[in-house]
Amino acid sequence: MTGSLWSEVRAALARDRLAITCGAILAVLALAAIAGPSLLDYREDEIDWSHMAAPPFEAAGHWLGTDRLGRDLLVRTLYGLRVSLAIALAATFVSLVIGVAWGAFAGYWRGRTDALMMRFVDVLYALPQVFFVIILTVVFGRGPLTILAAIGAFGWLTMARIVRGQALALRERDFIEAAVVGGAGTARIIARHIVPNLLGPVIVYATLSLPQAILLESFLNFLGIGVQELLASLSNLIADGAAEMETAPWMLAVPATCLMLVVFCINFLGDSLRDALDPRER
Amino acid sequence: MSALLEVRDLTVDFAGRPAPRAVDGVALSVAARERLAIVGESGSGKSQLLLACTGLLAANGSARGPVRFEGREILGNARSAAAARGRGIGFVFQDASGSLTPHRRIGDQLVEVAMASAGTGRRAAVDAAVEMLGRVRLAEPASLMARYPHELSGGMRQRVAIALMARPRILFADDPTTALDVTVQADILALLAQLCEDLGMALLIVTHDLGIVAALADRVAVMYAGRVVEVGMAAALLSRPRHPYTAGLLAAVPRLGGRGELATIPGAPPAPGEWFRGCRFAPRCPHRAEHCGVDDPVLAGPAARGVACHFPHTGSDTA
Amino acid sequence: MSAMLEVRNATVTFPRPAADGGRLTAVGGATFALQAGEILGLVGESGCGKSSLGRAILGLVPLAAGEIRWRGRRIDTVPREAFRPLRRELQLVFQDPAASFDPRMTIAESVAEPLRALVPQLSAPDRAARVEAILGEVGLAVELAARYPHQLSGGQLQRAGIARALIVDPAFLVCDEPVSALDVSVQGQIVNLLARIRRERGLACLFISHNLAVVAHLAERILVMHRGRIIEDGLRDEILQAPRHPYTRTLLDSVLAVEPVAARRLIAARPSSRDAVAAPELTP
Repeated sequence: MTGSLWSEVRAALARDRLAITCGAILAVLALAAIAGPSLLDYREDEIDWSHMAAPPFEAAGHWLGTDRLGRDLLVRTLYGLRVSLAIALAATFVSLVIGVAWGAFAGYWRGRTDALMMRFVDVLYALPQVFFVIILTVVFGRGPLTILAAIGAFGWLTMARIVRGQALALRERDFIEAAVVGGAGTARIIARHIVPNLLGPVIVYATLSLPQAILLESFLNFLGIGVQELLASLSNLIADGAAEMETAPWMLAVPATCLMLVVFCINFLGDSLRDALDPRER
Repeated sequence: MSALLEVRDLTVDFAGRPAPRAVDGVALSVAARERLAIVGESGSGKSQLLLACTGLLAANGSARGPVRFEGREILGNARSAAAARGRGIGFVFQDASGSLTPHRRIGDQLVEVAMASAGTGRRAAVDAAVEMLGRVRLAEPASLMARYPHELSGGMRQRVAIALMARPRILFADDPTTALDVTVQADILALLAQLCEDLGMALLIVTHDLGIVAALADRVAVMYAGRVVEVGMAAALLSRPRHPYTAGLLAAVPRLGGRGELATIPGAPPAPGEWFRGCRFAPRCPHRAEHCGVDDPVLAGPAARGVACHFPHTGSDTA
Repeated sequence: MSAMLEVRNATVTFPRPAADGGRLTAVGGATFALQAGEILGLVGESGCGKSSLGRAILGLVPLAAGEIRWRGRRIDTVPREAFRPLRRELQLVFQDPAASFDPRMTIAESVAEPLRALVPQLSAPDRAARVEAILGEVGLAVELAARYPHQLSGGQLQRAGIARALIVDPAFLVCDEPVSALDVSVQGQIVNLLARIRRERGLACLFISHNLAVVAHLAERILVMHRGRIIEDGLRDEILQAPRHPYTRTLLDSVLAVEPVAARRLIAARPSSRDAVAAPELTP
């Protein structure tokens, strides 16, 4: 046993071939999403009049073909991946911050405060999410920020529940009492002792909720509430592609495969992370 | 004359890289009606030894080496507790909860055991269950049978756990009194001694408490870091220990009349996986010499009195 | 001269786990006093309330009745936040050292934590110096400070636990079964360390244990607790030779000597008595 938790987790992951493969694929995709478009010939909104709806590998320079308007599909897909990932990461981050703080305090304080805080969570849970999202959209207009708010506003609920359960168990442990005897105040105990010790399930849940955020964004898009055309996410591309499924199947296949790949890899990686963090496996 | 239980060169390893070894080539024997105590501290492997003998080793552990009970090899055979009971082997653990099902009444559990072992009908099994409770000196067996395990005190649960063992020929006990108060402990030990007499039972008890060894054991084996370092009759070993570790252990036990500084052995026992060449006790031994770090000491001496040390305390022994 | 710590009629209760309510009395009417620099032993079996009493003195558990005075001031009514300055004077050593350390923090960080919370004006280098000094005092090698709890042995961890309790220079130490989780060959190291530290620093100490022999080695005065009440309070020699309460007698009679003849005689003398009918489990 070498040292801190993270070095052990890294070691455990390094032995897991599935985790390494998924991590590699994700790294490649992320890199492609960030740097790819600048390396390719075409811009994402550039129209190639001579190659409209061209299948992959046919037209020069268009590796994965073009769409109905002659825009390069590869570049658009990479851009779409960028947008989807950005929204998902931001939303997950927001729900992580709110959820962890909420759950940690509720679990640590226990009693009536905890009951109140968790009843609030229960009430929000019962609200129909789509309904709420529609209201948000009406009030704040369509845009990435609205989507972010919509996903983040509900994403933190489950996180809060998970964290609260962990915090409730953690506060009974001796080292928390040791911190109290050592003069630590509530804020210090939560920040330095409770939160770091429940990072395991939190990280795993956050990893597994990323795909959920991506898919939720797609769903909202499907309902017509998603991001604007100009800032097309993967789900926009998929929606467009679905319309052209019979005549230009690659328009659907490319972004859909990309989405599937990302979701699968994150899920498998999350599973491996959970196994690596499981104290019984160590 | 073959012993009731015979262990030769038992080795227990666990999964991992490198595979940590818990028990390193241990040999011992228990005769019928004999009471053997195995003493050791953390990392000695005493509990793993017992678990291996009873087939209850964890899934990631593997045991090798002949372990014969009444001449039959028992290592690697059926792991279920019921099968072991059928072979005349009983066991008691630190925590009775391991033997008692929490959501079933005591009576039901006893009756089930009685029916399985004697193959009798339910009525006769209920009588047998009452008799089993009486044997472990529990009052009002009838009302007790209607209770659940969590309704009893620790000492009473331990008695029920013992009662569940239907007439074993050998009882394996892993620190059965550690979790109990000292007043209850003495009662349970008295019960075990009595049962050995009444049932003609042999006892193999694993403990870290030398007081229990003195109270119960005919023979003692001292384990350190996976090996047996000394073995002998209890009276002789406790009064004239030959291995420095045994001597150190005896000196370190706090005595009621004692004052001032407590004797101690500097350092700590090596954990499994941290073993090294030569005598494993050498770093902590006041008598260590050059030789000790090179060769593994081997258990040597007359059959009933063995020591694994390059420089054992000498003196006449009447084994 | 009034005592440093005075406990009068202290009572600690907990709600019963069963829904029908009522409260469980863990400690009932405990009264005793502790002088500066004195070491007092508190002996009893599990569930007798000794741990609850120790925690009540440290303000970790509220009193249902009675009072606790430290240097003449009542401290049982002090609210939690206001108790913090007192933590510099009243400290605790835990029973299970492995559980009392945050597995995510290094030993050095854990030992320094009371300083960060209670003496915040200390600079980082000063803090590090004090950590190094206290680790030296408890005999812990300096290179262990950067390790994590799971990398240390039980004895080493308990030394670190003592270091953490001492780093704020307390005047009173509650030791809650500090050696019960350790190997016999290591227990003596910690007991001797505690004795030495107490002598050198003039600490007052409440040493809680179920092991009468260990307590007898350390304490001049001993309290015996049974079912929440202090049933005996006297000098060590008196208690060992001429105990007044029958329970103390029972306790003494149950301690097994490491001598076969005496030990066997002891257990043979146990009446093959029948236990009382099953009583509901008391969860302290």
